[in-house]
Amino acid sequence: MAWFKKERSAHEDEDRKKVKVPEGLWLKCNHCRAIVYRKEVERSAKVCPKCEYHFPISVEDRIDLLLDLGTFREWSPDLAPADPLHFKDTKRYTDRIQAAQQSTGKKDAMVIGEGRINGNRIALGVFHFGFMGGSMGSVVGEKVALAADGALRERIPLVMVTTSGGARMQEGILSLMQMAKTAAAVSRLAEARIPYIAILADPTFGGVTASFAMLADVILAEPKALIGFAGPRVIEQTIKQQLPQEFQRAEFLLEHGMIDQIVPRKRLKETVSSLVGFF
Amino acid sequence: MREYLDFEKPIAEIEDKLEKLTAAAQGRPSAEDDLRKLRTKLHQLQAEIYAGLTPWQRTQVARHPQRPSALDYIGRICDSFQELHGDRLYGDDQAIVAGFAKLNGQSVVVIGPQKGKTLKERMQRNFGMPNPEGYRKALRLMRLAEKFNKPVVTLIDTPGAYPGIGAEERGQAEAIARNLFTMASLKVPIVSIVIGEGGSGGALAIGVADRLLMLQNAVYSVISPEGCAAILWDDPKKAPDAAEALKMTAADLLRLGVVDEILPEPPGGAHRDPMAMCDAVKKAIALHLGEMLELPLEELLRRRTRKYRKIGVLGGE
Ligand SMILES: [Zn+2]
Repeated sequence: MAWFKKERSAHEDEDRKKVKVPEGLWLKCNHCRAIVYRKEVERSAKVCPKCEYHFPISVEDRIDLLLDLGTFREWSPDLAPADPLHFKDTKRYTDRIQAAQQSTGKKDAMVIGEGRINGNRIALGVFHFGFMGGSMGSVVGEKVALAADGALRERIPLVMVTTSGGARMQEGILSLMQMAKTAAAVSRLAEARIPYIAILADPTFGGVTASFAMLADVILAEPKALIGFAGPRVIEQTIKQQLPQEFQRAEFLLEHGMIDQIVPRKRLKETVSSLVGFF
Repeated sequence: MREYLDFEKPIAEIEDKLEKLTAAAQGRPSAEDDLRKLRTKLHQLQAEIYAGLTPWQRTQVARHPQRPSALDYIGRICDSFQELHGDRLYGDDQAIVAGFAKLNGQSVVVIGPQKGKTLKERMQRNFGMPNPEGYRKALRLMRLAEKFNKPVVTLIDTPGAYPGIGAEERGQAEAIARNLFTMASLKVPIVSIVIGEGGSGGALAIGVADRLLMLQNAVYSVISPEGCAAILWDDPKKAPDAAEALKMTAADLLRLGVVDEILPEPPGGAHRDPMAMCDAVKKAIALHLGEMLELPLEELLRRRTRKYRKIGVLGGE
């Protein structure tokens, strides 16, 4: 798990060397690799004008995109990670946490809370991919559980937006157990018939896909988002074959019956709002 | 033929000597003394070596090709076993064995990945790496267990869920997630024992349980040490360091509050005395099942819910 982050950045590093994209004005698409004008991308909610790939967006942008302006109230903002394994690879986990906290201004990789979507209250959880690849350790697991608990208590629908490389290796078995914890949390919602909608954004992998992300009543995905259990390079190394074109893209998952709809960002709010209106 | 791991070389040498001496002695009483001394030395050495295993060495023991498998345990500890096949959706995954069994007269559903021992068997069983069909077969049997009010026993030994094109196409992630979801509230007791290798989500998919036990030399981790080393150290050769850092041994997991009990292994590991190991496993299952079968269902589920709700370690502030 969490295979994804490293491979991707290695790829990107390589490409960056080859193409030499000038910083600032221009942006290279993760999908079609076209060089596009940054302003144009930002004007269209960070969507590639050439191929409709949806670039990652910040938690704040995501909240603005989904919720009625100014209605978001964050829950448990102070939850912070510990280092129960005293984990150290080439760096200490505590140093990685500190660096991530400084660069993102977040305590960990998930923000939860409540807000309104066209007037209707929902509980919302959003991953922050920039925090250690959106990996799920104890804090993310606890926040998913708290979001589900809150939705249950308030009897309001739960909406989760995922971008994650999977379980966080630095918390070892405790990260793995967050899969069980979050799956159990959304199973309590299911028992109480509280609706749960998942929005899978690029990328969603490993222990996050294989737990609460795939357990929603309705699963939406953003166009071209990479979604899977095993990372593409792990699969390639295992089977020693090239992967099919567009393997693990949202379109591939839709075709294989794994998700309900692919929804472009500009229609996301009205789609979620309409789904919430059904229940 | 016995297979020896690297660090077992001194053991192999003594055993070789013992064998030769036994053959030469041919029951001569004068040789008895030497033999006895050598056996004592062997046991001491075994105890010493096994007491000081590094996490990476323990991983080798957990993966030992001669280590007893789920089918070995089933064959030894169950009074009867009816294997049931197929997920009723796509196929039958031989990487997971599942069926109805009797254990001390009690009907139980038993589920366990099977790695295979010969090369042919390993291929057939995909080295114990299940596809979605395996998890969905397990799910189907857990549902049957619930329907007929029989407890579930799972014996975990898998490198992990298979990372393949077909597995992704048929929803590996969904299959694992669905099992976690279902086991969280399955209305019968669940006992899981990590008998060898607990490989990440592929192991957890049959490991959400009221009681989680681990054999002394079993390992259980979020990622394999090789995989972790490749990502975090950028060097697969750092697997021993990763095994250390991941805290993946039974003793580590007990300390972290993830497992409930460690089952001691015979000297030199479970593969040195499979019968003794099987008997210990049988006793442990009977004990834990007995305790849980006495609990009212509501209490059982309340405890399971609480156990998984609080799992994890949070920082201060
Ligand atoms: Zn593009």
